Formats: sequence, structure tokens, C-alpha cells
Amino acid sequence: MSKLSTGAEIVFKCLEDQNVEFIFGYPGGAVLPIYDELKNHSSIKHILVRHEQGAGHAAEGYARSSGKPGVVLVTSGPGATNVVTALTDAYMDSIPLICISGQVPTHLIGTDAFQECDTTGITRPCTKHNWLVKDIKDLSKIIHEAFEVATTGRPGPVLVDIPKDIQFQKAKYSKPKRKKKLNGKRHNNFNQKDIDELIKLMSKASKPIFYTGGGVINSGPRASVLLRELVEATGFPITSTLQGLGSFPGDDNSFLGMLGMHGTYEANNAMHDCDLMINIGARFDDRITGKIDEFSPKSKKVHIDIDPSSINKNVKVDLPIIGDVQDVISSTLKTIKKAKPNFANSNKQKISKWWEQIQKWREKKSLDYVNSTETIKPQYAVQRLYELTKGKDTYITTEVGQHQMWAAQHYKFDKPNRWMTSGGLGTMGYGLPAAVGVQIAHPKKLVIDIAGEASVLMTMQEMSTAVQYNLPIKIFILNNEYMGMVRQWQELLHDKNYSESYTAALPDFVKLAEAYGCVGIRATNPNELDDKIIEMLNTDRPVIFDCLVDKQENCFPMIPSGKPHNQMLLGPKDQEQNKITGKGKTLV
Amino acid sequence: MSKSAYSTPGKKGKFDKHIIVVWVDNEAGVLARVVGLFSGRGYNIESLAVAEVDAKLNISRITIVTTGTPQVIEQIKLQLRKLVPVHKVADFKREDKNVIFKEMALFKLVGNISKRKKAFNACKKYNAVLLDKTNKSYVVQVTALRREIDIMSKNLKKLGLVSVSRTGAVAMTRGAEIFK
Repeated sequence: MSKLSTGAEIVFKCLEDQNVEFIFGYPGGAVLPIYDELKNHSSIKHILVRHEQGAGHAAEGYARSSGKPGVVLVTSGPGATNVVTALTDAYMDSIPLICISGQVPTHLIGTDAFQECDTTGITRPCTKHNWLVKDIKDLSKIIHEAFEVATTGRPGPVLVDIPKDIQFQKAKYSKPKRKKKLNGKRHNNFNQKDIDELIKLMSKASKPIFYTGGGVINSGPRASVLLRELVEATGFPITSTLQGLGSFPGDDNSFLGMLGMHGTYEANNAMHDCDLMINIGARFDDRITGKIDEFSPKSKKVHIDIDPSSINKNVKVDLPIIGDVQDVISSTLKTIKKAKPNFANSNKQKISKWWEQIQKWREKKSLDYVNSTETIKPQYAVQRLYELTKGKDTYITTEVGQHQMWAAQHYKFDKPNRWMTSGGLGTMGYGLPAAVGVQIAHPKKLVIDIAGEASVLMTMQEMSTAVQYNLPIKIFILNNEYMGMVRQWQELLHDKNYSESYTAALPDFVKLAEAYGCVGIRATNPNELDDKIIEMLNTDRPVIFDCLVDKQENCFPMIPSGKPHNQMLLGPKDQEQNKITGKGKTLV
Repeated sequence: MSKSAYSTPGKKGKFDKHIIVVWVDNEAGVLARVVGLFSGRGYNIESLAVAEVDAKLNISRITIVTTGTPQVIEQIKLQLRKLVPVHKVADFKREDKNVIFKEMALFKLVGNISKRKKAFNACKKYNAVLLDKTNKSYVVQVTALRREIDIMSKNLKKLGLVSVSRTGAVAMTRGAEIFK
């Protein structure tokens, strides 16, 4: 008879067999047996966070930048409820996380015991699946299955709730088994006919566009390589969602910039006027589509997605292709090479008018802003940060708000997995802990959190984690003393009633940095900005960079909600030229 | 324009009634997953019936009567298929002649014997079974369509109906074929 292991040992054996190197966690009563076992497993390093939400976001940052699943370990009750925001965030953005939570002993479940909560009940709607382990014999099977569910198909978070008595009990450990698809769930469900149909549509189109999303990133780095080949082989323009940034080089001429609510004029107009839209791994989110009834009215729509439930959820499409982005693009490229080896050249003529039109839209220069010599414009700060970090293979995380959109607009990515931002859930406080996770995965790389002062205060305590593990993350705060995006909406839509969007008391971020044991740097005017950024980059320790920016700056362009793509608000330069008067004003 | 950060609702399609049948692993929390999916995404549940149908394979069969636009019904099926314990999902239109739908109801009738007899006779066309009788009461079981039971429970009020208990609809296709 083979050796028996305790539940806690089984947890670690599973993690070892799943090649887990890091766990992000926080101990507590109901997970103590697991923490006790930690010392016997040297290949697994535990990162002690300061709040369980931070553990979750750090694991997300780790997962998104490395392509490996993130592992979180928390205790019962408040430990589990604190991680719910991060699980929901991971669920919305399709990030593979495995959260292991402690639970009160089985005989106390349901008695309102100390630090008891219905963890599987609470996390059911924000995980792909969750398990409450009631029998030690099921433990290894469940944890292996948890890894499989989290990482296959459309990735997402899972949770395994382990009562404390189960952690002590003994059972035989079983290794992961490669099994057939779970309950017959298949990930690739397309055939050559679909690909042929796609190519038929492509050769007919005179105003085509690729609309790509986070699915390309999730499909692995190979998908981004293939996407570049596909764009080259077709000569079509390409735009990307917030989550897809980096899958295609941001400075390439075929790239129209980000689309959506704060997307470029050319990307949104091209989406509106195109006759063929090829959605690759994006999900027609409401921040992308604007008013559904008027969304790209004249186009044939193709939707490539691994998740069948994404098809026709928000927008009806003409050709759904269900499969892994990488496999679909690869088949498409093969077919093009075989059937139409000269597609891009022969097609050039046909889509040349389209490119001319796009060029006209580009001339609007919709990302332009009025720069200043007195105050630092936030867009300018991001642009300088980009110029000074270009070529350093930088990893960028963000919080949520104006700074996030400015980062997406002005920081240009040329590789996948370099851009970590909370898009679906829009979690303020995501960026700092995410940067911790990214730096853990890439200890030698430059990791910067482009932050807002309001967001970053939500998870500021994780600076302490960064200091503990010598993680030289850079927190680049665009400090305008406002919840900027809230202030912007209030200015444009609520008669400038700035209700509770100004933070009247903020910490001195430089002193705060020093209190945490890291370095604080402040930039107050455009003249010193470059020097200060260089000082930050030359500091091999965690830095909080307090960049004092224009307090009234708004993020443009912008599609007001409920408007179609071709009715954008442009920045102040354009507004001056085309003064909004009378009827136009009521639109705002 | 709307002063909302969110878009305004678009056009609504026509609502159809569908019967969704879901085969699931019979494990803890599986019903909560299915029902939570419906409530969380704002889908309708008109009735629900669930029980284990295969003790060896540990499979339960859930029958849900729902209404929605064709797009919503499609989403319901696709979302259900994503749940880990779900094996297969069938969808029948309420009007489908190839499918049998049945509900069961228990009626408790209290009153004098002639009233009760009259009530029982009225139930007869719905496979009435007299399950319990005392000198004051009957408990009658009927199996019928939802709207037939609706009508019966209304009509029997004056004949001494004091309590109604009814199941959700269950469904099965006609003929030798089974749903794969």
C-alpha cells in the first residue's frame, strides 16, 4: 500500500505536479495546516501580501504577464470575501486563477462558526467553477481538475474550498491524469468550410477591418505572431480593444489604435463604416459597441471566439467561428497561402479607397491635446514615459480611470503580455498589486504601474509587499487630486456638479514612499519631468512617482454612451475649430 | 442624451416560451449553479422540475420552463453548456408537437360528499387518482398541462378545494428517439 499524505501535503503535491512556483496568500486560522506544510516544499515560494484582494490581483498580474495560471491561498471568512473582487475581475477578463481557501471544519459548516462564510455560495457567480472538498479522497482529483478548468477553453478563476479537518486527514495522493474533454466540452469547433467562407468574405470586402481583443493574448504568444502574418497577408487595417493591446505592434501603419469609448477617431469610424468586420477574440462589450442598434450597420460580421456563448450575445454575427484564435488564424493563413498566395497584392487596389478614407480620419489626430509649458499634461507624462522606456521591454499595469485610458492611448506596445489592466470589471486598485505579481514573474524586467492617486490608495498597502520581496516596481501616479473619470462625466453630463469626486486630503506620496521604505519622487512641471522619470528608471528599488498633472484635463476622444461610433466628441483643439453650438450642445 | 455611463436599451424582440432540459452531474450545489445562472443574468424561470434519473451514472435531469427572445434562449443554452457539471442541454418550443409536456398536481378537497364527488368527476379527464379519503376530505392527483391545471384549480374552488400542490413541467420527446 502506498504512503498516505495529509490534506495539506496533497495540496502541495498537486501544486508541485502543476509546476506552480509562486503562491500569493495570507495565512489565517482555517489554512494553518497548509501554511505549516509550506516549509517542506522548497520549489514553491509564498508571497505574503497585505490584503487578500492584493493576493488576487498579484496572481492576475503574474498570470497575464507569464501565461501561467496564478495561485492564491486565503483563509476562511474574511480571507475569502476579500478575494471576491479579484476573482470577479479575473472572471471578467478571462484570467486563469486557482484560489485555495480554508474553511471551518466540516462538522462546523452551517453553524455560523468563527470566520465561517458560504465561500462556494459567494464565489459561484464569479468563478468558472468551484468546489467544497467534503472528502479527503477527492482532494487531489479536485485540485487537478481545478487547474484544468482554469486554464482550458476561455480561461478564468476557480476556487477550491478546503475545510480545516480535511487538511489534517490522510489519503493517497493521485497524479494529474490527462483526460478527455470535461463532459464533452470542446474548444475547437470549426472546420475548413468556415475558413473557406471567411476567405470568401475577405476577398469580396472593399472596406474590411480586423477587430482584435484579449482572446489573442490568451491564446498564447504564437497567436500574436500569426496575427501579424495575417495582417500582412491581407493588407487589412486592424484595431484592438483595451485588452488586446500588444498583440499587434502599436506603431505599425496598419494599426488604427484602440477602438471604443475612448478609442481613436479612425478606429471607431472604420468600425462604423466597414463592410467586413473580423472580430478575433473580442466580445462586443458595451464600451466597444456604443449603441447596439446603430453599431456598424453595413458590415458583414465574423466572430472568432473560443467561447460559444460569446457568439450572438450582444451583436448578431454572420459567420461565427468557434475555436482557439491561434488555431483559427493558422488555418486561415494556410488556406490563403494555398488558395490565394498573392492575396495582399491583388487586393490592394480593391481596398485602396478604404485606406485613403482611413488616412483622412487619421488626419484628425484625435489623440492630440493642448500641451502646456506650465503644468504637466497627463497625456504628455505618458508620452514621455513611453519615449524614455521604449526598447526596455517594459511591463505596464494600470489602475482604472482617465490615466488608464491615457496609458492605453499613448503608450505603444509591440509585444503581448506586456499590458495588464482591469478592463471588464474596472477595478480601481488593480494596478499596484498586479505590478507586484508581474515583477515576481519577471524579476529582471522594468514594471510600471501607471496609476491615478485615487485608485492607487485602494491597495496602497501592497507597497509593503514590494519592499519585503525587493520588487523594484514603479508606481507612476498621474495625480490630479480628482477621481478624474468621475469628474469628467460630471463636467460633461451632470452640469459640472462635482459631487464627491475631489479628494480634499491626500497623503504626501513622497513621504508615504519613505514610510514604506521605498523611494518617493515628485515632478511638478514639464521641464523637470524627463529628469525625474530617468531618476525613477535608474532607481533599483520600488518607487512611488508623484506626477502632479493638470487637474481639469479630460480624456478625449470619447463616444458618449448610447451613441454610435461615428458620433464622437473630440478634444479641445477640434472643439475650438468646430464650436459646438445649439443643437450640438444638447448632445453633450 | 441619457445622463448615464451606460447605453440605453435597444429594441426588444418577441418573447417565446421554451422548455429547457438539462442533464447534470448530481452533486452538491449543481441546482444553485443552474438557478443562479438564470437569476444572475436576468432570465426567467416559470417552472422547474429536478430529480435524479440515473443513480449509477449519478445524473439528474432538470426541466425548466422559460420565456425569452430567440437571442436570450440561445444564450441560456450556451451559458448552461459552459457549466462544468452540465452534460447536455435540450431546448423545446412550447408549441412543438413532437414533445410531451406534463405537470402533476395534488388537490385537497374538503366538503360534503356530493361536492367532492362532483369535483373528482371534473378531474377525471386529467388522469385523476384518489390518493386519500376521509369522511370530510379527498386528496386527488391529476396530471395535465399547466393551463389545464390552472383552470382546474380555479374551477374547483367552489367545490371545496382548500390546498394545491403542483410540480413544474417535465418533458419528453415522442417516438423511439432520445435526445443526444
